[in-house]
Parts: sequence; C-alpha cells; structure tokens
Amino acid sequence: MEPLNALISLSNFMLIPALAYGSQLALGALGITLIFSILRFAHFAHGDTMALGTAAVIGGTLFLQAQGVSIDPLPTALLAIPIGIVVMVLYLLAADRLVYKYFRKVKAKPLTFVMASLGVMFVTNGITRLFMGVGETRFEDGQRFLFTVREFRDFTGMAEGMALRSAQAITIITALIVMVVLFWFLNRTRAGKSMRAYSDNEDLALLSGINPERVVVITWTITAILLVLAGTLYGLDKGFRPFNYFQLLLPMFAAAILGGLGSPIGAIVGAYVVAFAELGITYAWRRVFSYLMPEGLEPTSMMQLLPVDYKFAVTFAILVIVLLFRPTGIFKGKVI
Amino acid sequence: MSLTARDLGLFAIMGAVLAMVAMFQSPQLAVTILNMSLISAIMALGVNMQWGYAGLFNVGIMGFTAVGGLAVVLIAQPPVPEAWAAGGLGVLLGLMLGVATILAAVIVYKKMTPGKLRGLAIFGVLLVGYLVTAKIFGPAKQAVQAVNPASEGYLGGAGLPVIMAWPVGAVFAAGIAWVIGKISLGLRSDYLAIATLGISEIVIAVLKHERWLARGVNNVTGIDRPVPRPVDLQPVPWVQSLADTLGWSLSQTASVISGLGYSALFLIVLAMLIWLAERALNSPWGRMMRAIRDNEVSARAMGKDVTRRHLMIFVLGSGVCGLAGAMMVSMDGQLTPGSYEPLRFTFLVWVMVIVGGSGNNWGSVLGAFVIWFLWVQVEPAGRWFMDLATSGMAADSDLRQHLLGSAAYMRLLTMGVALLLMLRFAPRGLIPER
Amino acid sequence: MAEPFLIGEAMTGGYGGADILHDCTIAVEKGEIAVIVGPNGAGKSTAMKAVFGMLDLRKGSVRLDGQEISGLSPQARVAKGMGFVPQTNNIFPSMTVEENLEMGAFIRTDDIRETMAQIYDLFPILRDKRRQAAGELSGGQRQQVAVGRALMTRPSVLMLDEPTAGVSPIVMDELFDRIIEIARTGISILMVEQNARQALNIADKGYVLVQGENRYTDTGAALLADPEVRKSFLGG
Repeated sequence: MEPLNALISLSNFMLIPALAYGSQLALGALGITLIFSILRFAHFAHGDTMALGTAAVIGGTLFLQAQGVSIDPLPTALLAIPIGIVVMVLYLLAADRLVYKYFRKVKAKPLTFVMASLGVMFVTNGITRLFMGVGETRFEDGQRFLFTVREFRDFTGMAEGMALRSAQAITIITALIVMVVLFWFLNRTRAGKSMRAYSDNEDLALLSGINPERVVVITWTITAILLVLAGTLYGLDKGFRPFNYFQLLLPMFAAAILGGLGSPIGAIVGAYVVAFAELGITYAWRRVFSYLMPEGLEPTSMMQLLPVDYKFAVTFAILVIVLLFRPTGIFKGKVI
Repeated sequence: MSLTARDLGLFAIMGAVLAMVAMFQSPQLAVTILNMSLISAIMALGVNMQWGYAGLFNVGIMGFTAVGGLAVVLIAQPPVPEAWAAGGLGVLLGLMLGVATILAAVIVYKKMTPGKLRGLAIFGVLLVGYLVTAKIFGPAKQAVQAVNPASEGYLGGAGLPVIMAWPVGAVFAAGIAWVIGKISLGLRSDYLAIATLGISEIVIAVLKHERWLARGVNNVTGIDRPVPRPVDLQPVPWVQSLADTLGWSLSQTASVISGLGYSALFLIVLAMLIWLAERALNSPWGRMMRAIRDNEVSARAMGKDVTRRHLMIFVLGSGVCGLAGAMMVSMDGQLTPGSYEPLRFTFLVWVMVIVGGSGNNWGSVLGAFVIWFLWVQVEPAGRWFMDLATSGMAADSDLRQHLLGSAAYMRLLTMGVALLLMLRFAPRGLIPER
Repeated sequence: MAEPFLIGEAMTGGYGGADILHDCTIAVEKGEIAVIVGPNGAGKSTAMKAVFGMLDLRKGSVRLDGQEISGLSPQARVAKGMGFVPQTNNIFPSMTVEENLEMGAFIRTDDIRETMAQIYDLFPILRDKRRQAAGELSGGQRQQVAVGRALMTRPSVLMLDEPTAGVSPIVMDELFDRIIEIARTGISILMVEQNARQALNIADKGYVLVQGENRYTDTGAALLADPEVRKSFLGG
C-alpha cells in the first residue's frame, strides 16, 4: 500500500484539474447569480459573452505579442485582460441600453428577458465567430509548467509524478483573489450593499433612495469582469473554442442553481461540487486504487464509473438529486 | 381556423418568395427549403403548445428531435442477427437491470422514513445495481460493437416500414418528456429550462457514445425512405417525359418530384396537427390551459391540478417535436448525431415561435417558414455582400479572405437581430394570439 | 388656525382606474400622532400612499411645512423629510440589522453613527441582534427594524402602514409605546391602523374613513367617546 503515491496520482489527474475547472465555473456562475438576483432573469447569453470576452483578450494578446511586450514567465494574456474587460463592459452596457432597458421600463415578464438574452446570445455568438471562426485557438505563452512530472519525481523521489501547469495555478490563485474582492465589495462597500439591498427588496431599495439604473450598471460591470476572467482562465487552461463556451452554460447554471439561485457563496460551492463530481465520476480510478489495495488485489478494470462523454449527465444527475431532496439548493436562495 | 386576410397575405408572400427561389435559384433548393420549413413548422407547433398554451420554457428541443430520429433507425433498419447473437440479450438484460436499479432506489426512497439510514440504503442499492449492471452490460456491449464494426457494430432495428417510425419517435420523445416533467414541473419555473437543457445534451451524448444503439458518431446511413429516391425515379417514363416538357435535366426533375413527395407527406402531417391543435385550443380544455397560463395562482385556487395539466401539455408538445425529428431523419435517410447543435435545433426553433407569434399555431408555421428561409439564404447573401464590400481589396488579401470565410456566421447574427427586433417592436409576433 | 405641518387636502384619485379617494383630507401637526382608521376597503392605506406620492391625485394637494410637494416622487419626498414604513416587505431580509439601517440612510452623506445609536437606544433588542440577518428575526423585531430603517433619514414625519399587523398584543403595546416615544422627539406620526381602539388611545387626532371619504375627524379621545363611532367602528 502506498497511500502517498495514490494521493499524488489523484492530485495530478483529478484534484488539481477539478480545482481549476471549478474555479472557472465559479467565476461564471457568480456572474449568472448576480444577474439573476439583480436583474431577475436567467442570462442565457452568459457562455457566449464569455467567449466574446475571451476573444477580445486573445486579440489584445496578439497585439501585445506583435509589439514585443511580454511578461514571461507569465502568459501575455494576463496583461490583455484589462483590454478584454473594457471591451466587455462596453458591450454588455450597450446590450443593456439597446435591449434589456426597454423591457425593464415596460416591466416585462422574466421570460421575456430570457428570450431577449437568447437574442443577445445569437448576436454575440455570431460576432465571436466572425472574428475567431469555429476552430480552436491556443493563446497560452510564457512558461507552461510550474513543475513537470519529471521535475516532481526527481525532486521527491516518488514513483508517481505530478505536474502543475501555470494555467492551473494562475486560475486557482486568480479565482481566490476575485472571490475575496467580490465578497469584500458586496459586504463592505456602499455600492455593494446597495446591490444586495436591491436584490433583496426592490421597492424598499427605491424608497431608500437607491438608484436602480446605477445598480444595474454596476452589476453588468462586475459581470463583465467576472466573465472575462472566467473565459480567459478557461481558455488558457483548455484552449479557446466558441462552442465549448456555449456548452459551459449547463454546468454554470447547474452550479448557480445547486448553490441556491441568488446566493453568491452558493454559486461558488455549487461550482466546485459540479467540477469535482464531473471529474470524479468520469475519472479512471484504477491507478489510485492500485496503490491503495494490498498486493494481489489490484483492480483489473479501469474503475471508471462513466465515460468522459457523459460529464453533462453527471452534472445533470447531481442537479436532479439535490433538487429532489432540497429544492432551494444547498444555500437557501431566492424563490421566483 | 380563423385566419384573417392579413395572415393569408403573409402566407401568400412567403409562397411567392419560395416560387421566386424556384425560378431564380433552383427548383431543388425551393423544395429543400419547403420541406425543412414544414418540419420546422411541426417543431415550432410542438414548442408553441408548451409555451403558447401553458407558458412552459423548453430548451431541450434538440434532445426530443434527436430521440425521434433514433426511432427511425430502431424501426426501419434491418436487424443485425450476428450482433444480437453476440450480445443482444446481455444488452437488453443490462438495460433492464439499470431501470430496475433506479426503480428500486425510488421504492426505497418512498417506503423508508427520511434519515441517514434511508440515504445509505439508497446509496447501497444504487452501488450494487450499478456494479451488477456494468458487469453484464459492459461485455455484451463490447461484443455487439465488435460485430463487423466498419458497417454495423450495432443491434440494428426492427426492419419495419419507415413510416411507422414517425409515431414511435413521438412516443419516445413523449416518454423522455414525461420523466423530465415528473421531476421538474411543479418546482420553480427555471428548473424546467435547465432540466431540458441538460437532458438534451445527455441524449446527444448517448447517441454519440452508445455505438451498439445507433452506431454513435459513425452514423447510420442509407435508411429506408418513405418516398422513392431520385435515382429510382429517373428511369420512370412519365418522369422523363415531364423533364422534356419542362426543359429541365432528368436528375433535377427526379429530385424535385422526390422532394415534393416528402412535401405532400409532411403537409398531411402538419395539416392534421394544426387541425388537432386548433380544435384543442378552442375547446374547454384549451381555454382552461390558457387560463392557467395567464393566472396560475387563481387556477390553483380554483382547484385545478396545474402541475398535472402542465405535465400533459409538456409530454404532448415534446411528442410533436419527436415526430418532427423522426420525419427529418427519414427525409435525410441518415442519423448523424454529430450534426445536432443546440443553436440550430433548440434556439432557432424558439426564434421561429417568437417571430411567428407565440400562442398562435398559424403564427408558428409562418415563423418556421420565414426563419428557415432566412437561415438558408442569409449565408449566400452574406457572402455576396462581403464580396461586394471587399471588392476593392486585393484578391489574396488576408482580411478579405477572412471576411469572406466569416460570411457563414452572418446567419447567427441575423437570427439574433430578428429575434430582438421582434421582441422589441412586435412582441406578439407576425400572427398574434387571438 | 395655522396650517398643519403635513396636510393632504381634498385628495381625489386612485390607481389609474376608478377613484378610491373622494375629497379626502388627512393632516398631522408637529410632534403629534394622527391615526387613520376605518372598515376594510375604506381607502386607509390608499390615503396614506396618496400623501406619500405613490398614486396620482386628480384633485387636491399635499403640503409639507407649508411647501407644495404634490408633484414630487416618493423618493423625493424621502429627501424632503418624510419616512415611510410599508405594511409588508418593509425590510431587506438577507441583510443584517445594521445594514438595513445603513440602507435606510443611503441618501445621507454625513456621519450616521449618532442616528444609529439613537435607534439602538429606542429599540435595544436591535443592538443585540445587529449582526443578524433581519429576515431571521421575529415579527415584532422585524417591525422594529422597519421603523428603524425609516428613521435613519431623520425624517420630520414618519408614516406607518399598519405597523401592528400580524404581531401579538404584547408586542403591539410595546410598539405603540415606542411610537409615542418617537413622537415626543418632535417627529410627526401618521399611521394607518387595523386595531382602531388601541390606536385611537394614543392618537392626538383620528380620521375615520369610509369609502374614501372623511366620516369623522376629531381627537383620538373624542372619537373613542363618541357613541356613533363606537357603535359603527369600534364594535360597541
């Protein structure tokens, strides 16, 4: 039995990737939660706006690379994130002015907003593909690994190796910082509190002199920041393909609902639950167990509960189970 | 039922536009557009039942149409005896064990009192069930997939006439809808959306991955068709003489006739569906459904079992989508799981319903025609436009090549803009609900 | 007689459809308590909302401290020194007690700590629970939060829409005591009440409304003594 080797193998193939993936989902799910609790609709354009934001960052990266700017060993894309954020803040605010504002004014039903976000989704999708096509774009430069499997093995002398890619490390650290800053903003600043107040009780917020349009602008701005970060980190980690971003919609929504729609902390917990479940259930546990089981009892099969193709099924199954047992989600969220 | 002169005018314009396509582009293209429009119209009808009659937000249309398509393979394809011999029973037994496991878990959930013990019992049942199922199902599946993998590697179908697959496709989709509806209807309204989004992705994943079922990404091709193929029509004397009269080539004439055969079949189905849907809508049942949609709270207060009515309409509407899916696969003669994309099969149908006028069956039909026409025509139009816009640039300029290559994505943009404009300026659609 | 501090005079109007108020007048003097009572559907809450600018008046005017405010939005009236406690949904449930008070003072730019301390002195239980989410408090405590929130702008008039709806009699007495205390600091109170007898007990002035019209107007004590009023509206 070699539990340490088992742990290393588990970390390398599951824990670290799941942590990184969960962080990316969390940033996305936070945006969905914010829009849901402030603007009160399910934002179907989230995946595609994330793709467009990432496309803007990629554009910025190419420009910076052409100018010879580099922050090696870190990826140049980090430097281009502010460009992406500015583009997306403007884009989302423009979408709000042109599309959503009117429906707010006429007090349209929530599903009308959802329909409108489908329209924005199509448009955003089209724009992204106009610029980027449908193929995969990789834009990760700088040092690819913090340490490789070989370096780890040489250093520790263990049989099992472990690598930590820069993209994963950057993702986890960035997500952590962003979450701390976001919670500080929501709980400690006047603007943040006014957002929570508006989400809690719109009429009373109006009575208290909170300007709803300002709250809306702040919400879109924060959403833009969150989705550019989420999209860029996901792209650095796994490469950029517009369709993959669209498909993130399901796990992101699942995370937001799991956590209890409207609860930011719930969205984060939900995101990690989804990520760990997706990877855990589609992960081949054979190697881990071969270290854990006594000699002669090593597993012969892959010990994979479900093929990777079914990761959406896992997300979905968890969602169904949680909703059956606790319809308000892990943290009690809003009821529509 | 009650079409105004204006509505008829809109349909007439659509017909004239299709006639112009036949004249100026090609008759084949016009027939292709017509047929896909008819299929889209049926999908839109299904969605309109759910949305327009009951306010249910289904974003899993892709899954229901794909399941309908699967029915075509399972009904019309000849069985593969070697595969059945190799592992047919094992696969069936495995599936039954899987279902039994879930049922057992549900029974445990219902019979035992809530608590830790129940959770453990359910977990135990699922784990044992999974292990037993995997033990039987896994090898049987491998054996089936090993049978002549280049052209078969699956169990095949029942070898029945292909037209029977249409109702079966509807039943398949309705069955899945029943399960989803049972779980998510009656909970918060957004859960149905996310549940349908999830299940449609799962359906596609199953179709792609379970090669024993319908060959997965290897596609099933050459499925029997309900209408003679153009190649078979070419030697027929009256087709040849018709080609001479029209002055068209023989192959063109044959493919137009074959396509029109489909059109006739689809029209019959569409007419029947509209007739049923309109009767239902104007019956006491339909009025009750709309009353529930407009004020769920008071309907509940009046003692209506809203959840059950919703389940019923959800199952019906999804069944109609399944029917459309089956029709589409039998027209194409192939099932290609890789081609199912949510933007095309789910969200585009939504655009059709909204643009046409939610709550109005004729509106959905018109919306389907208009949007499908745009979907097909915007791409060449975009290319033509880009060509014009970039004509000043050098022919080998990178930018020009990129822009020309991107013209395909103009259609997504156009759909989005169309949807947004309708929502903003004509939220009740081209033919509003009455 | 000098003009009352706040007066909604000869108000006629409704929520867009038929008129609910007909030539209805409600007024309150500085530091006094005025109570609006009447049977269900008499337009009590509507009269108060009219004073606060939450419905369009076809006729009549609202004046605060002699100044015409009929054209102002509710938010603008808050800035002018009117505080309003709605009947339901009058707190931010997921925010702490302290944050609720902070949000009440959203339009203020100066230091709010002193006001907050005064409110904690008025409702000591809120000081103990200031870090707790307001939605988790009991009904009576939530009402205190709601009143406290409205007081954060240091209003000159406080308007309460059925503040004792759904709380126990003991809590009701306690709440009325606090309201008297608030009035003693010079804040005018305008209040709609279902519990007419208890409310008129503490009222300097009472308005009995029937079908959107003033039926009886007098001091609280006089109304309580009036046999007509007792018979028709106070249950004998």
